[in-house]
Amino acid sequence: MSSDDTLLKADERHMLDHSILVRHRLEEQYENLEHQYHAATTAMWVFLATEVMFFGAIFLALAVYHHMYTDAFEKGSEKLEWIIGGTNTIVLLLSSFTIVLAVHYSKLGANKQTAWFLATTAALGLLFLVFKGIEYYLDYKEFLIPGWRFNPQEWVDKEHLSPDQVPHVQLFLVFYWVMTLIHALHVTLGIVAVLIVMTLAFRRHFSPVYYTPVEVLALYWHFVDIVWIFLLPMLYLQGTHTHIGF
Amino acid sequence: MSTEILESQIAEAPAVVQPETYLNFTSGILSWLLTKDHKRIGILYLVSVTVMFFIGGFAISVARLNLMTPEGSLIPADTYNRLFTLHGVIMVFFFLVPVVPAALGNFVLPLMIGAKDLALPRINLLSWYLYIIGACWTLYAMIAGGIDTGWTFYTPYSSQASHYDIVPTMIGVVIAGFSSLFTGLNFVVTVHWMRAPGLTWFRLPIFVWTLYATSIIFLLAVPVLAMALILVVVERVTHIGIFDPALGGDPLLFQHLFWFYSHPAVYIMILPGMGIVSEIIPCFARKKLYGYTFVAYSSMGIAALAFLVWAHHMFVAGISVYAALVFSSLSFLVAVPSAIKVFNWTATLYKGSISFATPMLFALGFVALFTIGGLTGLFLATLGMDIHVHDTYFVIAHFHFIMVGGMVMAYMGGLHYWWPKMTGRMYSQWWSRMSALIIFFGFFLTFLPQFVLGYNGMPRRYHSYPPEFQVWNVLSTAGASILAVGYVLPLGYLLLSLRYGKRAGPNPWRATGLEWQTPSPPPKDNFEETPIVVRDPYQYHLEKAQNEL
Amino acid sequence: MPSVAIFPAAASTNAHSVDQLLLFLVVVCGSVGLLVAFLLIYFSIKYRRRPGQVAPPPETHSSHKLEWSWTIAPAFVFVVMFIWGAHVYIDAYHAPDDSTVIYGIGKQWMWKFQHPEGQREIDALHVPVGGSVRLLLTSEDVIHSFFVPAFRIHMDVLPQRFTSLWFQASKPGEYHLFCSQYCGTGHASMIGTVVALEPADYRRWLQSSAEGSLALQGRKVFLKYRCISCHSANENARAPVLEGLYNQPVPLRDGRTVIADENYIRESILNPAAKVVAGYDPIMPTFQGVISAEDLMAVIEFIRTLKPNETPPRVESFPPPVNPPDGDPQKLPFGAVPDTDNSKSDNTNAGNSKSNNIEHPR
Repeated sequence: MSSDDTLLKADERHMLDHSILVRHRLEEQYENLEHQYHAATTAMWVFLATEVMFFGAIFLALAVYHHMYTDAFEKGSEKLEWIIGGTNTIVLLLSSFTIVLAVHYSKLGANKQTAWFLATTAALGLLFLVFKGIEYYLDYKEFLIPGWRFNPQEWVDKEHLSPDQVPHVQLFLVFYWVMTLIHALHVTLGIVAVLIVMTLAFRRHFSPVYYTPVEVLALYWHFVDIVWIFLLPMLYLQGTHTHIGF
Repeated sequence: MSTEILESQIAEAPAVVQPETYLNFTSGILSWLLTKDHKRIGILYLVSVTVMFFIGGFAISVARLNLMTPEGSLIPADTYNRLFTLHGVIMVFFFLVPVVPAALGNFVLPLMIGAKDLALPRINLLSWYLYIIGACWTLYAMIAGGIDTGWTFYTPYSSQASHYDIVPTMIGVVIAGFSSLFTGLNFVVTVHWMRAPGLTWFRLPIFVWTLYATSIIFLLAVPVLAMALILVVVERVTHIGIFDPALGGDPLLFQHLFWFYSHPAVYIMILPGMGIVSEIIPCFARKKLYGYTFVAYSSMGIAALAFLVWAHHMFVAGISVYAALVFSSLSFLVAVPSAIKVFNWTATLYKGSISFATPMLFALGFVALFTIGGLTGLFLATLGMDIHVHDTYFVIAHFHFIMVGGMVMAYMGGLHYWWPKMTGRMYSQWWSRMSALIIFFGFFLTFLPQFVLGYNGMPRRYHSYPPEFQVWNVLSTAGASILAVGYVLPLGYLLLSLRYGKRAGPNPWRATGLEWQTPSPPPKDNFEETPIVVRDPYQYHLEKAQNEL
Repeated sequence: MPSVAIFPAAASTNAHSVDQLLLFLVVVCGSVGLLVAFLLIYFSIKYRRRPGQVAPPPETHSSHKLEWSWTIAPAFVFVVMFIWGAHVYIDAYHAPDDSTVIYGIGKQWMWKFQHPEGQREIDALHVPVGGSVRLLLTSEDVIHSFFVPAFRIHMDVLPQRFTSLWFQASKPGEYHLFCSQYCGTGHASMIGTVVALEPADYRRWLQSSAEGSLALQGRKVFLKYRCISCHSANENARAPVLEGLYNQPVPLRDGRTVIADENYIRESILNPAAKVVAGYDPIMPTFQGVISAEDLMAVIEFIRTLKPNETPPRVESFPPPVNPPDGDPQKLPFGAVPDTDNSKSDNTNAGNSKSNNIEHPR
């Protein structure tokens, strides 16, 4: 409970520590709620460090192959729906904003506002997935699914790639699919978690001394957004996109 | 050393009716399967890894028997290939990696730092379930379908050429990887936030330091392996050449990603073993651990350097000479902290009062075998030598000296050291010391001939071989059969001790350390009241340190 | 009774340097290991607990001086090991310029070799004693590893690229050639024999099974696939001149510079668009899946050894086609049959001294 010193005086906090409310929220292995809060946030930060390594590995692989097959990768990148990708960036940034507000209101003990902002966050997350789904459908229509729905000849005829470069386009598309699918999985799990915490908030679960789940959840959500911020340029903006006309 | 001396070392415990302990406060199978208690989860892990150890051991016993004759006439090549793969995958991912952190560490870490439990008990249980799911899945895939790539899964053999069930095996390994990742996460948070009052960082027992270092490696390395294996799975499913050069991929990239995990994984396996030995040797020499801060820092040093040496597995894989030079020099660097530890353990014995109970025998065996393993590691780090012995039995012998001679010895030592704490019972000293000696000598006979085989050029993973290698292989197989006896023995006397063993009392070894300040087996909440630490660890020179802290 | 391997035969110059290194490592590591073992045993006996001993031994204080000395002392020893090891390693992978180049292909589960004089071998490799041999290795499927214990040399064999190593056999005899990188069911039977022959025997062996030099075969391949229609000796042709190209720096279209080694030549045949030479258009079709591994080796050997004025003459009387060729080289316009060359081809052979020495028996 680091940042809400202004909200409660020391003796008030001491009183709360001993209230029934607190004892219900406190897991038995911890001394007090503050202890529990620090352990929980540390755990999430450490978990995010492992996530950095997880995504880092595939970003590294993508960077290596982009260096090796620059032309093909940029040609492949041009075909992606950068407008949807860009819109989705805005959607996720908005959702990061709303979850910050949820954290803010949970610290005040305003459970209703917390719940509604969490609902907005979940809705924005869903919107992201819907857009992503539309994008996947467009990719399907445009034969951008490597190994399954892909037209090598088209890349030779229309994009003037040589036949030996076409597998490299597929390689790029594999990275696109794997990375966005793993990211979408993270978003989906995030939405489920947001909905659970939202239900708790509707049940007036949080108070100025206990908002750890909201805070931890927000950390995770921000991380998922940040991954997207890296995915956008690495995948969508590699190509020159000269055909767009500006 | 006669039995009387030994008996006198074990403090007599008053025979009283056992109070409520973690073992009996609830009963029924569900109370175990849904437990959040770290001690019970530790026991669950102990049972699971033991099962996996014997499965992996059985696989290699058959393969080893096959090598009695140059023609490998016992089993066909495909069966042999599947057996050594089974052995490698099971032993590395399902035994060596989890055994000390997840089984012993789970049990004693909170006790050693005076905590009620790990910081995240539910995640701890989740880890065990992930381990079990991963283990069952992998076992089924490897036994029903089979996989023949070796535990290194090198592409493009694994991603394109092999006709076996690579995909399910890899998924199982990834699942088990997340199990160890969550264990590591739990330990890091626990060590940071759950220490008893007065237990500062430099009062932590070395075992806690090494578990902390191990956890950091888990956290940073496992995700990379997971991603590498996921990409291989994607390649196998889609037939897009992520790692297959025929389709534009780079097989060396896989090796880089794989060893970025798997080299640090070697330190995942050995660091906790070093921690155990650093507990046992002071206790049985009645001496403070020599150079505590050096040993603690060298653990963290090993964890950090572990990430910078992965490409020494690739000296002959076609990497550039400059890369080879860099990774060779870094590999020598990582040997320095290991050397520090060996010297400090030895120096701890100096002017001690040494007794030779079973844990001490295992610990001394560890130091001897680990030293040989470490020194032969220098041969492999030396570029000019590696170009000859790479991928031969020399490498096999070297890493078995580290993994089996080192880690399994240390694990056996730790198991015998904390067994009275876990169960409240003593085991047969005579049989357990026999088992320690049998394992030690069986081990030497198994793996020393393999150094000779390796220098003579017998490559690893060979189902048959030219006849001039036969003598050494027969010796090695003979040693393996002795080794097997040594490993089966404890199963007998440890299980018997559960029923017939003498009651151990809280502190049978008169050891310092918080875990010995609570009854054996410990109560559900570990300590009746939160202990307060006022001393550095290993204060064996203070007589009263053994009774209070 | 089969022989027992005690110490492997040392049959190359490299083997002797590796054995010296081994001796050094065994002495140094062995004495450290013995020291530790001695101390463990000595302390265990000297300081064993005597019956009736109750009081704990007095505290020994750690000496920082001692700690630092056994931290730094190993580091110095390691520096020596590192330098010596690096020296042997660099020697082992840096071939002398006058080495004979032999191509090797690893394939589940056999070894194939092609000598510059054109001999092909399977699971056997004949080399001369006293002559340095550089192997250019590649794989047709998965990763293999070329390992000759008697030469103390080891190199992974990767698909789609060349790795190389060299050795100089020092003792005649037959030695094992193992595959040491796991490659599937037949991994353990992927064993060949390296036969080191005295120079005179080697020459006899060469003559008894010669098929015409590898470069000469490559020349035929070069003409068969109509490479000559663009890669002529003309500076203004649509493709770079290949004479004297080998191991020279090549400026690329994207501003980089690469060394035209085997891997570059190989990549430029199979994946021409990857590294296009500055000043040229990426018009070359890929030969991936068109050219066999053996033909590829041969044509690389041809380009590798191509000296100035050795490019075969273009024999078409009509100007080169204006449109870039489509993907299939078989559809290229066909001129005169290139294999029946004019008199200049004799000059070409004269340039290749090795092939000139060989009488073609058939």
